[in-house]
Order: sequence, then C-alpha cells, then structure tokens
Amino acid sequence: MLKLEIGRIHIKDIQLGNETSVKNGVLTVDTQGLIKFLREDERIKDVKLDVAKPGEKVRIIPVKDVIEPRVKISGGNNGFPGVTAKQAQCGEGRTHVLYGAAVVTVGDIVGFQEGVIDMWGEGAKWTPFSQTFNLTVDIQVADGLDPHTHEETVRIAGLRAAEFVGLVGQDMQPDEVVTYEMGSIFEETAKYPDLPKVLYAEMMITQGLLHDTYIYGVNAQTILPSLLHANEELDNAVISGNCVAACDKITTYQHQNNSAILDLYAQHGKEINFLGCIMVPEHTTLSGKMRASDYTLKLIQMLGADAVVVSEEGYGNPDSDLLIICKKCEKAGVKTVLITDECAGRDGMSQPLADTVPEAVAVVSGGNVSHVVTLPPAEKIIGNVEAIAVLAGGWEGALLEDGSLQCELNAVIGATSEIGYHNVTCRLY
Amino acid sequence: MSKEFKVLYYVNQFFGQVGGEDKAGMKPEFHKDKIGPALGFENQLKGEGKVAGTIICGDNYFNENKEESLSYILNLVKQEAPDVFVAGPAFNAGRYGVACAEICRAIAEELNIPVVTGMYKENPGLEICQHVAYVVSTSDSAGGMRKALPLMAAITSKIAQGIELGSPEEEGYIPRGMRKTIIVDKRGSLRAVEMLVKRLKGEEFATEMPMPVFDMVTPAPAIQDLSKATIALCTSGGIVPAGNPDHIQSASAQKWGKYDISQRSALNAPDYYTTHGGYDPVYANEIPDRVAPLDILKELEKEGYIGKVYEFFYTTTGTGTSVSNSVKFGTEIGAELKAAGVDGVILTST
Repeated sequence: MLKLEIGRIHIKDIQLGNETSVKNGVLTVDTQGLIKFLREDERIKDVKLDVAKPGEKVRIIPVKDVIEPRVKISGGNNGFPGVTAKQAQCGEGRTHVLYGAAVVTVGDIVGFQEGVIDMWGEGAKWTPFSQTFNLTVDIQVADGLDPHTHEETVRIAGLRAAEFVGLVGQDMQPDEVVTYEMGSIFEETAKYPDLPKVLYAEMMITQGLLHDTYIYGVNAQTILPSLLHANEELDNAVISGNCVAACDKITTYQHQNNSAILDLYAQHGKEINFLGCIMVPEHTTLSGKMRASDYTLKLIQMLGADAVVVSEEGYGNPDSDLLIICKKCEKAGVKTVLITDECAGRDGMSQPLADTVPEAVAVVSGGNVSHVVTLPPAEKIIGNVEAIAVLAGGWEGALLEDGSLQCELNAVIGATSEIGYHNVTCRLY
Repeated sequence: MSKEFKVLYYVNQFFGQVGGEDKAGMKPEFHKDKIGPALGFENQLKGEGKVAGTIICGDNYFNENKEESLSYILNLVKQEAPDVFVAGPAFNAGRYGVACAEICRAIAEELNIPVVTGMYKENPGLEICQHVAYVVSTSDSAGGMRKALPLMAAITSKIAQGIELGSPEEEGYIPRGMRKTIIVDKRGSLRAVEMLVKRLKGEEFATEMPMPVFDMVTPAPAIQDLSKATIALCTSGGIVPAGNPDHIQSASAQKWGKYDISQRSALNAPDYYTTHGGYDPVYANEIPDRVAPLDILKELEKEGYIGKVYEFFYTTTGTGTSVSNSVKFGTEIGAELKAAGVDGVILTST
C-alpha cells in the first residue's frame, strides 16, 4: 500500500560557507542564503547561525526543537505537508536525508520550556543530539510579538531551515537506501497469519498553545485518535509545536525517526505483524482522557490487534492517560507494553508516577527526570547560558561560578525519551 | 588507599558475648576492641580498613530505653567519627533487628554517616532503615553469618573508598527503594519491543517499573456553616509575587511559598505571575486569578457566603514535583493552616 525509500547521505562534518553543498560527507551551509530565506518571514528580525559538532566543548541553550534536513525526491511534496508545503500523502516515494545532520532552533520563547544540548563529556551522554552535526538557528523575532506567534515563528523557521539545507540532497546518490513497505492490514495479515497483530499508540502532548503537536498541520488537540500508516510519521507527517520539559518532549527529529516505529518495523514479518500507529491526543480534562482512551481501544479492537505498545509524552497528568489506556486494553484482553519516564525526585526515593493501575505489568522506563547532573564549563556557548535559571529542571544558582551547570535531566533535550529514543533507564537500588 | 578506613560496630548482648536472655537488660557499653562478628568482619576488610570499637547493648534495654540508648550511641559515634557504621547482622531476631535499624537510621539521618547492616527479609527492623541503610539480605538464623559478613564487608569497603556500589543483586543488599538513573546499551523502544515479544510468546519478562502503591486519604468532614468558616487558598499552579522572591522552581519544586494577601482583593498582573513550567503561562500571566481565584473568594467573603479568606495564600509548582516532596509540602502547609484555625482550603491545580 505504501512504499517509502529513505536514502541516507552520510554527513561526517558541518561548516558554514557561501553555498550549500555536501562534499565527501562535509555539509556546508550557505549562511547568507539561509538567513535571507528565513527573513522572508517579516516576523523574524534577526537570525544567527552557528554549528556544533560531536566532541566539541560546546553548549547549546535554550533549545526549542531539533529537525532532520531532508528532501523529497518522488511522491508526496517536499517539506512538511500541511505546514510548510501543500497537502500531500506522506510515507511513499523517495526521501533523501542528510543522515547525521540536524537543525537545532535556539532562543527564549516563554522562559521555562526549552532545553540544553552539550556536545561533549558528561552532558553528551544524556542527549542523543550530542551525536549529530548540528546547525544552530538562533531566531530573534520582531518586537511586540505575542508568545504564541513567537512560538509559531520559531517553529516554522526551524522547519524551513531544515528544508533549505535538505534541498542539497536532491541530486545526490545516497550512501544507503532503507525501504519501508507495508501493504494493507488484510494483505499483511494474509502474509503473516500466525504472527500476533501489534499496534503502536503514540500519545502526544496536545494541551493548548505552546503544548501542541501537528499532524499534516492539523493541531492534534482537535482530533479523535487517528490511525496512521507506519510510514507517514517517518516521512514528515508529524511535527512538534511543544515548549515543554526538554527531557521527554518528542522533537520533530524524533517524530521523523520515531524509534518505537522503527523497532516495531524491524520485527514486522518476523515476530509480529505491525499494523500501524494510533496517534492519541493528551487532553487536560477527564472527559477528554476518557474519550481518547475509549476511542483508542475501539480502534485497536476494530483492527483486531493482540497487543499494543503505548508511549507517553510529558509527565504528571498524562500518566493518567497512559494508565487508563493500559487498564482498558488489558481488561479487553489486549496486551500492553508502556514506555514512560519517572518523577522520582532528586534523590530517586519518591514513587515515580502520578497515577497507578495494577494492570501495568510491562513498563519501560526512560529514567528519572529529576536525576541531577553536573555539566562542566563549556568553551563556547551557543545561545544564552543564563536561561538555566528558569528552565524546567534548572533553578536560580544552577549556573555555578566556574561555568558548570547543575541541572535535572528535565532540562536536557531527549534525555528521558518516552518513545524510547535514548538509552537511559532506572533500576531499583 | 593511603590510609585504613575506620568502622564502628554494633552488636547485642548475645553476639557481644556478654550473655543470653538474662543479659538482655544491659546498658550500652563501648569497647575499643573487636568483639564477636566485628572480628570476622574486620578480617574480611583485607587490611583496607579496621574496626575501631564495638558497641554492645542489651536488646530489651535498647527497646525499653530507646531515646537514652540512641543519645548515648549517637554521642559516641560523633566522637569516634567512623567512615562507616556497621550493625548486626540481626538475621530474623526482632528486637535485635529493630535496635540495629533504629541506630542505623539515626546515624544516617542525624550524623550523615553511611550505615551497613544485615537482616532476614522479614525482620521488622527492615522497614525502619531500608531507605537509608545498605541492608545485606541474610538467612533467618545465625547460621548465615559466614555468608553475610563478606557481603557486608565488601559493601563497607566500597562505600568507605568512594567506589560506586553495584546493583542490589550484584552486591547482595535489599533494594533501598531508590530509582537510580543509569545508562544501558539498548534504547528504550528496543527494550519495549523485546518485552512485548516475550510477553506475546508467554515467556518471562521483567517490568522496569513496578507500579507504585498510593496512600488513600480520608476526606475531612464537611464544613457545617461556611458563613463562619475561614478558607485558605492554595495552588500548585506556580502563582507567585512578581520577581518570584523565594525562587520557587519552574518544575520539580523543592519548596513552597506563602504570601500575605490580606490587603488584596485579587491576584492582579503584573504584581503576580506564574513560574510554572508545565503549561502555557500566557493566560495565567494575563489574569493570575484564573489559576488561584482570590478575586472570587474575596467577593464571597464580602457577600458573607464564607466567613473569611485566610490572610496568606500558599503556592508551589506541581509539574515534575516528586510525590515525596508533595507529601512533605502538604504536611507542612496543612500543619500551619490547622494551627491558624483554618476550616477549609481551596486547592487549585493547573
């Protein structure tokens, strides 16, 4: 039904220059061209570009989003359909990816809700984006923009920057091509009649402006849980509009490379019959939680799934959504595995979730969001290090005199990923 | 290791070789010597550390004179300043276990000295000290001494020399209940898919997060006459006076604040705003009363619907705040409100 080829162009270094090119794995970004392109949006006053490479003593703070630069070769539309491009079906045709590169948007929006990326040492262990060659895009918006417009401006600018850079892959031969192909549910089930049928339910923060996720440009706050083919999210259908705690928000890059989808896909036809993804909005009201969980279970049952992997985004009240879905599924005989993270306090001695159900017997933990780390002084700061005083996971005095940063994992981008993108967990000690 | 580390040891009258049940009433004594298990324990330290003395106390005496015994022992430990304090092992002996546990807890909490002991998993002392002590899991009788001492000694050595301890399974201690954040080889999604496949095949799998057990709170009886009641306002929505004078964190709060509102009719911008990092602050910052509705409470007070609005409002940040901190804040705030004669509290979240 949908066949997607992802052509990976391996990026091994990054630099700023006068033209955008990839030569021997070195990505050069046309500084003036990109700035001019972004400033077409009159809401943008100034753009500062920089690069950060794995191993450099560089700290990027405050980070809003991370995006993978790509270009569409065939099928669909280039860019992010419904957001920066006209509507098109995502998940088919061919897409070239600058594999190993990332666009990182930087800049204060409302103060608390961005994060840190350290490219070296202790901090590098805690974020997957210490391993990517990062183009940082620091966006100053026009005076007088309200916070919501400010967020939208930075969000769109990040996506457009990734598009601008990704375009260089258009006429290149990728180093490798990975194919994702899956027929209709009936076809796949006929192929693998004996394999257990598995769905992935991806919960998304959809709690209002600044806490939103968009699917084909539709604010997911307004949707009923929706079924996606496993290829769509891997091909730019879903983007982050989130300014929440950095450690477990799903950045756009992590949507484009959703590890839960990739790891389920890898077992498709072997151990499981992977049916697809249900996108589940996280509502703030009880009726919203009940509606979304009922609807999710209904989709699972209509598709006849035996099991579901459920991932959360955020913590606190969405813990309830996660566990309500779990309880309803288990009661209906659908086996669940949950992925979440923990708020166990700085000493790790507190109970880890805001809710509990005995049915949650198979849970993967992404680690404790309040685990405190000390990040040594950087040689170079991209952005503004003072921001740590107000970031979620930081505090007044978190910036020590010698330039070290003491903060909770809360403040580190992707540290406790609840789609299981990173390799952190908790053990009982 | 340049210098041997120093251990102080605690045993009861029986293991201290004073006598059996007939000596259970003996007062605590200190010997600058290694007595009973302390001797075997020191041998296991392999010359890296030494036991500088043994405290012996009767099981009955300790349990009947807890405060006095504890104060004697704490003073002694303070003077001797060991690197690690070791007690037992107590196996399944109840009074001995409780004594070891109480002493370990007091030393860990009040003197901040690491403590190691050993117990059988059903010993009543376990739950007293499990969260602060490394309790080696032992058999239920003294026959397990030869197994317990090497484990206790190995843990003691590591702590004294600042070597990171392995997992409870590796080191042989009973989990303290701490959720330790670690880095593993496989990413979370891969672990999830592997867990799923095992579950689907009916194979054994281990959850990474056993579900917490929650306290149940009995609601207070209803207020009979609201028109005579004093009502306090309390929020986890992070509303603070401008400038956030007490530096309440934007997430994972470590403290709460209270602010005099007796002269105010509302929590207006820009005098108040939210420091909460878990929701869109725009509307709360426009009208902070949207989160902590002092305006309505004051109107109700004026109308006589409620007797009085309490003169302080209490505030913290809910997002990412641990349950144990929340319990602590709630207990502290509740005690203040109760002492002030407050009859009811409006609690708002976000």
